[in-house]
Amino acid sequence: MKSLFVPSYYIFLKDSHSELRTRYALNALFMFVVTALSIILFSLGSESVSPDVLAGILWVIIFFSSMSGLSRTFVSEEERGTALTLQLVSAPTPIYVGKLIFNLALTLSLNILISLLYILMINNFVVASPGIFWTTIFLGSCAIASSSTILAAIIAKANTRGTLYPVISFPIMLPMLITVIKATQLSLEGAFFSEALGQFQVLISYTVVLVAISVLLFEFVWKD
Amino acid sequence: MTKHLVGKIGLVLWLTLVIVAGFAMPMVPAPSQWFELPIIPALEDKARIIFFHVPMSWTTLVAFIASTVYGIMYLKTKKMDYDLRSVSAAGLGTMFCILATVTGSIWAKFNWGSFWNWDPRETSIFVLLLIYGAYFALRSAIDVEEKRATLSAVYAIIAGVTAPFFIFVMPRIMTGLHPGAKGDESGSTPVAQLHMPPNMRVVFFASIIGFTILYFWMFNLKIRLTRLEAESLKS
Repeated sequence: MKSLFVPSYYIFLKDSHSELRTRYALNALFMFVVTALSIILFSLGSESVSPDVLAGILWVIIFFSSMSGLSRTFVSEEERGTALTLQLVSAPTPIYVGKLIFNLALTLSLNILISLLYILMINNFVVASPGIFWTTIFLGSCAIASSSTILAAIIAKANTRGTLYPVISFPIMLPMLITVIKATQLSLEGAFFSEALGQFQVLISYTVVLVAISVLLFEFVWKD
Repeated sequence: MTKHLVGKIGLVLWLTLVIVAGFAMPMVPAPSQWFELPIIPALEDKARIIFFHVPMSWTTLVAFIASTVYGIMYLKTKKMDYDLRSVSAAGLGTMFCILATVTGSIWAKFNWGSFWNWDPRETSIFVLLLIYGAYFALRSAIDVEEKRATLSAVYAIIAGVTAPFFIFVMPRIMTGLHPGAKGDESGSTPVAQLHMPPNMRVVFFASIIGFTILYFWMFNLKIRLTRLEAESLKS
């Protein structure tokens, strides 16, 4: 166990250090979120939109923000030519776990930021049951991180990275997107926590299945 | 050679019989003869789609599973032939997927009022189309042969692992128009329960068997063609 978590932790530290040192990727991501939100705000204008639609739009923003940010963990290794060094330094599984934790931290902070901005800026979006809402954001972030990390590893080896990443991610992520949108709608309706348990079970099982299959397959993707 | 010929002619005859039976067996209010089917209220002759549309979707699923299994075999053995098989199965799967979507969509226009209703099963077939599209887009974006085979196999396996969420989970927890969805009186089960008279059942399963054999025959042709193409590219 120790041989897995200690190297994973160092991979996570390495990634967060290098991202925090040159903050341009994080800044760009932040601006992406602000841009997307402004477009939504401009297009809504003073229109009052039903909460169901707003729940969908929230996850559209989250999906595309994740798509623009999460492929970086592996793409930057390929671009800087450090992938081979990393292969020498560590076994595949710790690298995957480290990158997964980094992506999870990134998605989670990004999604909390997006949700807060969204709640502040859009009048009609009133969260009636915060328990369901924040659990959905947390489990949704876990699900996004678990599916996007392995797909980012695949996409880093392909040619047209930027456009292909959302294309190959969308069908894999759709079960989870449908579920989180449902759960968000429930949280806006003011449902009891127990009513959303079914959605949470789907999200947890989705995350577990994808992490398990990623650990099994990562070696094939990673080794040249 | 003659064995193959007999097989081909047999398959053609089998499917011809299925098509004739599917279209021509009369639908009457109270069936008394072996060839008469009961009229299902509100569906009438439109019920005949079950003989063709369901086998097409079934074949799509067979192709999808074949593609995933060959992907696993490729990763285990690293033999390029399994990659050729995987991509051939995916190609045929795309074709059957489009057929099932189009037939279902036309039928939905006449029975449910619009071409597309985002019923859970419609969603799942649409996602299957997207997966195939993404699979081929991914393949075209990788130049090195081995890399392409490995990455597309990995993608096929990931897609194969998430597909049960659509095929078994989503239709259960969402209300829909297809049989077997949540709120259906006959029960929500993975495969819609068959409330068919015996003769209808015979034609239905004959069609499923026929389509499955048709798939394997087409797969055989396709894999031979793909192998030849791969050979000619090398030389």
